[in-house]
Amino acid sequence: MTEGTEPGEPDGPTVDAALGRRLKALACTAPVHDLDARKGRLDWVDASAYQMSEIALTIIDQVTIRMDFDRGADHEEVLRRSLPFVAAQAPDRPREEHLRVAKWVMDNLINVGTQDRGFAATYGTFDADGRYERRTWPFKLLVESFSTEGEIYLRSTDEAINVLVGALDTDVESAQEATETKLANLVRRGRLSDAQLAAEAARWRTVQYADQLRRLLDATRRDVRSVDWLNEVPDLVEDALAHIAARHRAETAILTNITQARDESESSARKRQAASLITIVRDCMQRHGQLQARLLLAGKTFRAEQDRQEFSAPARRVMIDLFGQLLTPTLSLSVADAARVTTAFFGKGTGLWVRGAPRLVDVIYMLLAPPADRDDLGEAVPEPDLIPAADPAVFSEEQWAAIDQLLALGPVPRRLSGLLAEARQTDPELPQLVGLRVLHLLDPGITTALRQGDESILLAVDDGAVLSDEEFGGADLLVGLVALDTGRHATDRAPTGEDTRDERGEVVA
Amino acid sequence: MNSVADDATDAGRLLALGMRPKHLPARDAVYAGLVRRYHEDDAFAELVRAFAEGLGISMLAVTQQSGAVPAPREESPFELKIDEYARRTALGNRGVDKMLHGLAHLAVAALSFPRPDDLANPAYVGYVAVAEVDAVLRDACAVLERRAVEAEENQDALDTAPELERAWRAYTRRPAAASTKDGRLAPDTTRAIITKALRFLTDQGFLVFRNAEDGGSYRTTPRYQEQVREVAASAAFRELLDLEVVSITDPSGSLAVVAEPASVDGADV
Repeated sequence: MTEGTEPGEPDGPTVDAALGRRLKALACTAPVHDLDARKGRLDWVDASAYQMSEIALTIIDQVTIRMDFDRGADHEEVLRRSLPFVAAQAPDRPREEHLRVAKWVMDNLINVGTQDRGFAATYGTFDADGRYERRTWPFKLLVESFSTEGEIYLRSTDEAINVLVGALDTDVESAQEATETKLANLVRRGRLSDAQLAAEAARWRTVQYADQLRRLLDATRRDVRSVDWLNEVPDLVEDALAHIAARHRAETAILTNITQARDESESSARKRQAASLITIVRDCMQRHGQLQARLLLAGKTFRAEQDRQEFSAPARRVMIDLFGQLLTPTLSLSVADAARVTTAFFGKGTGLWVRGAPRLVDVIYMLLAPPADRDDLGEAVPEPDLIPAADPAVFSEEQWAAIDQLLALGPVPRRLSGLLAEARQTDPELPQLVGLRVLHLLDPGITTALRQGDESILLAVDDGAVLSDEEFGGADLLVGLVALDTGRHATDRAPTGEDTRDERGEVVA
Repeated sequence: MNSVADDATDAGRLLALGMRPKHLPARDAVYAGLVRRYHEDDAFAELVRAFAEGLGISMLAVTQQSGAVPAPREESPFELKIDEYARRTALGNRGVDKMLHGLAHLAVAALSFPRPDDLANPAYVGYVAVAEVDAVLRDACAVLERRAVEAEENQDALDTAPELERAWRAYTRRPAAASTKDGRLAPDTTRAIITKALRFLTDQGFLVFRNAEDGGSYRTTPRYQEQVREVAASAAFRELLDLEVVSITDPSGSLAVVAEPASVDGADV
């Protein structure tokens, strides 16, 4: 099924390959847009101050720049380097919040929480008969990988680099040239911020050679014959050396240019930009040095490995070539078919499985045994999201019911002192609750009551009388039921208790 | 002169010893004696095989080097089903996960015995490490991806038939690593799947742990070679023949590293 197959019908709809490509490119930006769309739903931060898509692009840039010879950037470092950018968006917020925002964005770019840690987009093509069919295109922006030391680090994917960083997916060599030309141009025209971008892209490009070489050397250590040392590696080494020489010349020129730009520039922002560009270019040159050193060692590695790995005699009997005849064909099957092959191999390749059947005596020992260390292959340990324990209720349900009954007043308002005395008769703790409820009635939330369409509301008013009570002191408040006129509310918005009472005179005080 | 009951006991004992994969004749005089008797006494050998037959087991080999190597037949009570092995996986992705676990086992074997000759040579000891298996699998996937691109085939799975997605796509898509809060391997990653396979094979006496380099480095035992050579490879090959996928490769083996694809894939390092 070719991408963008012409449908059979001459008048039928057509989908050209470019449409699919553009849709995929568009899809890559979706997770970034999504961040800003979803930031409002975060309950731990007022996210309106943060431009999540900017933070996302910064993080991807940081990861891309740090993709290195042996590894990429580790999570902590990327967060740390992105932090100033996040902080600049909301300088008055605490550092913890900045960190959490950056972490949230990074987790979303990795898409933590999904099994594949990636995204998917749906697009359409036409099959051979001209029928429209939907396809799922899985993609990722940031991936996590193991370094040679076994640590987890981040890398940006091709999709992220192509679409979001803006480098083009072309041949290493020519892209390198193009970047360089662009860089020199930009520097000449004084557009330093663009020059910085280009320099960063250039640095990333140089890392690719190193990466390629490392893979070949690793493979050589596994099996010297698996790498083509006759043509491929010498060609690569030659290309890389030529490339280093050219880059060295170019970068020296650029460095001179920018240093000049830095020293002559009047604007301090430009000076700073030029300075950071110089750092990048110096870093590039250092990387070339590294690559050159490794290139010079490549031949030595090959000879050492060749000596170490003995060449075996030709095959003595016909055997299955596990890699070529089993693994590769299996990989090219569909998942369902491949599962048949792998299941057959697994069933026969794992040997005898003797199930343990513990005796009752052993069960006791098993139960008494101290807990074994957790296997590092187990389920992820869930991090519980703890909410603070609720305070135990001070007043019981019965007391609440009693107070509701007490406050179910008729048309005649009552004094607080009377309510307190009556409450004290039923329960010695009840006056406390009466006091709290009545105090609350000083501002009973009339707007809410109006919105709910309540017809009347309890209201407490201080008319100057002094409370004489054995437990409490203060004003002897008047508590009464007030009718609410919802019709007048529309024209006369006076939501405070005082005003309502004065205007309507409906509080019987 | 042994009685029939004594012979049967000895046959059972030899089988029982064979079921303990880490137990070797070299370290046990009784075991070594039984292995010797198996080779010298045809009637005893016949009895052992008949006994095994009854249990649904076939004897792959009985040698002083690896002891008795029994292999379960289909539907034997001693057979481990992949569903049981990959039980812990999420339900929605069951099919893919089962396939990935099986694929890890296949790749471990392929890397342990990179050339057909290594499988045939009883003295060969293979070395395999978690990081290598992952790298080789991803390399192989990258080659297939490049081929697909060259053939201008659209490999994106149909919305309506996700199970028709190619196996290499499913593997490439799965991350190698995922950071966890407590530093443990995230169970759905390919590294974890491969680590599980290697540890399981070690428990089965097929591999021996060497060191923790490259995520865990192991060497093969003669038992593993026999298992792969005698039954596993051919069983898988038969399935491929059933699916009408036959590939002829050079007898010197085909595991080779190719030049990096034009696009640099960060994931397959």
